[in-house]
Amino acid sequence: MFLQVRELVSGYDRSTVLNGVDLELAAGATLGLLGRNGVGKSTLIMTLMGLVPVTSGSIRVEGTELAGRRPDVVAKAGVALVPQGRRVWASLTVDEHLALASRGRRGGAWTVDGVFDLLPRLAERRRQYAGQLSGGEQQMLAVARAVLTNPRLVLLDEPSDGLAPAIVDQVAGMITTMRAAGVAVLLVEQDLHLAFAVSDEIAVMEKGRIVHRVPTAEFRRDPGTAQRLLGVA
Amino acid sequence: MSAVLEAGLVSVLNGFAIGFLLFILAIGLSLVFGMMDVLNLAHGALFLGGAYLGTAFVGARPSWGAFLAALAVAAVAGLAAGGALSLMTEPLRKRSHLDQALLTLGVALVVAELLTIVFGDDPLTIAAPPGLNGSIGILGITYPAYRLALIGVGAVLALVVYLVVDRTRVGALIRATVADREMVATLGVDNRLVKAAVFAVGSLLATTAGVLGGPVYGARPGLDAAVLILALVVVVIGGLGSARGALVGALIIGQVDTLGRALLPDLASFILFGALALVLVLRPQGLFGGAHGTVPAR
Repeated sequence: MFLQVRELVSGYDRSTVLNGVDLELAAGATLGLLGRNGVGKSTLIMTLMGLVPVTSGSIRVEGTELAGRRPDVVAKAGVALVPQGRRVWASLTVDEHLALASRGRRGGAWTVDGVFDLLPRLAERRRQYAGQLSGGEQQMLAVARAVLTNPRLVLLDEPSDGLAPAIVDQVAGMITTMRAAGVAVLLVEQDLHLAFAVSDEIAVMEKGRIVHRVPTAEFRRDPGTAQRLLGVA
Repeated sequence: MSAVLEAGLVSVLNGFAIGFLLFILAIGLSLVFGMMDVLNLAHGALFLGGAYLGTAFVGARPSWGAFLAALAVAAVAGLAAGGALSLMTEPLRKRSHLDQALLTLGVALVVAELLTIVFGDDPLTIAAPPGLNGSIGILGITYPAYRLALIGVGAVLALVVYLVVDRTRVGALIRATVADREMVATLGVDNRLVKAAVFAVGSLLATTAGVLGGPVYGARPGLDAAVLILALVVVVIGGLGSARGALVGALIIGQVDTLGRALLPDLASFILFGALALVLVLRPQGLFGGAHGTVPAR
């Protein structure tokens, strides 16, 4: 297994959010992670990236233990993040974002030119500051920043949040392209349409644990379970 | 030309001299605070340390060799001091601003006391290098040649620092770290290295500013606190972590401070803090402080 998470417990200050997450992800597989608000989906993403301290448990990427390591160490192990709210740097241009992300990584499959080919809208805006971009463009930039580190695992936290359907389709296209390139993807999403469109499997979190995991097609054939776990039809 | 105009022109020139010097001093303070939330109250002591190095090397004998040697030694000492301060504040990374400020204030007090023990209580002077120790005529007034050179050197240095921060790859890394350091870390960059580098270069700028300012402001106990307060006012007015803000803030404060001293000597510090209060009321984030950070999701 490319990613192996065992008994992961983490949280903020005195409140525990993750209560023993077990998760496996094969190289090149895409897992859609669903769940109601506040069940710990974002905390799981941030903990995997090293941005929330681990209380106990194990996070292995290709056998290397990463629990409790700094985010830059996690990044160097091949993990990249597209965070909730995009978090692009307002005072940097598009070009500067991509230069920082691809810094010192020659020979990787993803290049700045390659990303501009996939996202022509960003190429048109390359000299603009991120603060002047539309929400959709900022999301494209956040995705581009992550893939330019040439990761083998990308963590995406609600990339469709607040975007128009046409832009969500572009995000789906980027995820599919990453998957085709052998990148493992962990996608936290509220937009079921997007999650179903790109994921091989669907997992559901409840109270800080992963409680259900099935292939996407099976999940879609079982509306009763979806209703019970997510409160949606 | 009337006496009032002449006095005004002298004041404006003095304002530029101190303004550019303040920018060189304030940029390190602003970037380290904006980037890592470390308020380095030892920054003024670094300036004074540079000034005393100037007196030790140059003293009252004008000499280019000694002056340049003082600059070189001050630069190296500044780099080392900045690296040391960066290491010292690292264990307090997860504590509050106040804890970090307390540590650097302690360092500032110790350094100031050591400087007094070594160099004494009396104000010391640094001779301007040969050729710059007289006065020259400019725009109908006579003005000290060294101050004019200081304005020139300060302007060039300020421009270089500003362009590095605003236009280069390294500058982009610094601005990104100021805006959202966690996202920088997710690209595989160790935040501590960026902090140490900025801390070291910022401290180098502070100590060299002390040498450069030496022939004008000398070296004396208390100068460290005086320049630290001016630099802090610049950082607050300009906005944390903004190079443009520090430049504009420093030039404004340079003018406000010298004009205040020239026109209303008794009220000079009130005018200075009046300007600070005015900015805080109108733009609490500082003149250029709103332009960074990550973009709130729309």
